[in-house]
Amino acid sequence: MSKIKARKGAPYARILGVGGYRPVRVVPNEVILEKIDSSDEWIRSRSGIETRHWANDEETVAAMAIEASGKAIADAGVTAEQIGAVVVSTVSHFSQTPAIATEIADKLGTDKAPAFDISAGCAGFGYGLTLAKGMVVEGSAEYVLVIGVERLSDLTDLEDRATAFLFGDGAGAVVVGPSDEPHIGPTVWGSEGDKNETIKQTIPWNTFRIGDLSHLPLDSEGNVKFPAITQEGQAVFRWAVFEMAKVAQQALEASGITADDLDVFIPHQANVRIIDSMVKTLKLPEHVTVARDIRTTGNTSAASIPLAMERLLATGEAKSGDTALIIGFGAGLVFAATVVTLP
Amino acid sequence: MAATQKEIVDGLAEIVNEIAGIPTEDVELDKSFTDDLDVDSLSMVEVVVAAEERFSVKIPDDDVKNLKTVGDAAEYILKHQD
Repeated sequence: MSKIKARKGAPYARILGVGGYRPVRVVPNEVILEKIDSSDEWIRSRSGIETRHWANDEETVAAMAIEASGKAIADAGVTAEQIGAVVVSTVSHFSQTPAIATEIADKLGTDKAPAFDISAGCAGFGYGLTLAKGMVVEGSAEYVLVIGVERLSDLTDLEDRATAFLFGDGAGAVVVGPSDEPHIGPTVWGSEGDKNETIKQTIPWNTFRIGDLSHLPLDSEGNVKFPAITQEGQAVFRWAVFEMAKVAQQALEASGITADDLDVFIPHQANVRIIDSMVKTLKLPEHVTVARDIRTTGNTSAASIPLAMERLLATGEAKSGDTALIIGFGAGLVFAATVVTLP
Repeated sequence: MAATQKEIVDGLAEIVNEIAGIPTEDVELDKSFTDDLDVDSLSMVEVVVAAEERFSVKIPDDDVKNLKTVGDAAEYILKHQD
């Protein structure tokens, strides 16, 4: 048996920089109401959403990711050539192969950095962050770019009054790099595949290979509906508020942190009601700043946590060095929670 | 010991008051959660989870949609409590 040489990376990892990109077009609830029987008041009271951003033709998944990444790389004080890996979490990149990460890595100017996509829904950022931390500590990359990017407007059924208002587009990115002290805590993560029907795509892509499409649902103009994201609202709400609060608590304990030690709470921006209920269930103290970016960004799945992080830092509501609890949860069902120091 | 119907309704009244801010005396058997008590579909989940804890009962998501009135909920809890 030959002896295999191992590699060692940094003692610990941390988030060094964050960047976000929100599409130019701001879509108020009035636009959503053109196709569903609802009201601005109903949408706000059920979700907290006032406006969201929808991408135009030029704001592709890759273009938004590159914009956010460029800002994150600059914020981290590194160069694109130093990026040793690119991890992209998305469910709205419409080409099954190749991964969108390779195009992003190339256009950013990385030096042939390994690049791949992951599918972990709204927990995607936490999954990517966990992979990045592992790479930095193991030594397979010194700096890792983690991107959450979505164009969920492409996967929204605008005639479904339960979800038409919910989703938005955007990209958030962070650079994870070496640290002498731990600044990313242990991740508490997992999956509950027995609940895989509670949030899902309405129709699988290969349905369209079948010649006869007459069995598929039609929109009000008689066209076959494009696949969209659908969810069982009450079941998701119960799971998110009560089960995810337990996961968040476990992440705090795993990091040796109490709620009193926290400065910031950045949950996945799924719904302001979920956020408010989680804050109540977790009994977070008054001094903890809670991200409620959903009001003007909507639910952007994997992009929501880095986008909310970027905004809190940009507005001064949070500052570099603050201790933040982050938790993502969504289709799978999957979840990931950890405590980080903000860049 | 299992709760009586009156104890259940009183408990539901406290829960609805806590979650939706509705005065406890307004929570009566024939009142609809959504139409009369301002408890929307998401608040209903919070009411259900609080009721589960208080009365040691499991109320699956599929059954929640059948609980239209306070009376429906009280009857369900009375029948399913340990």
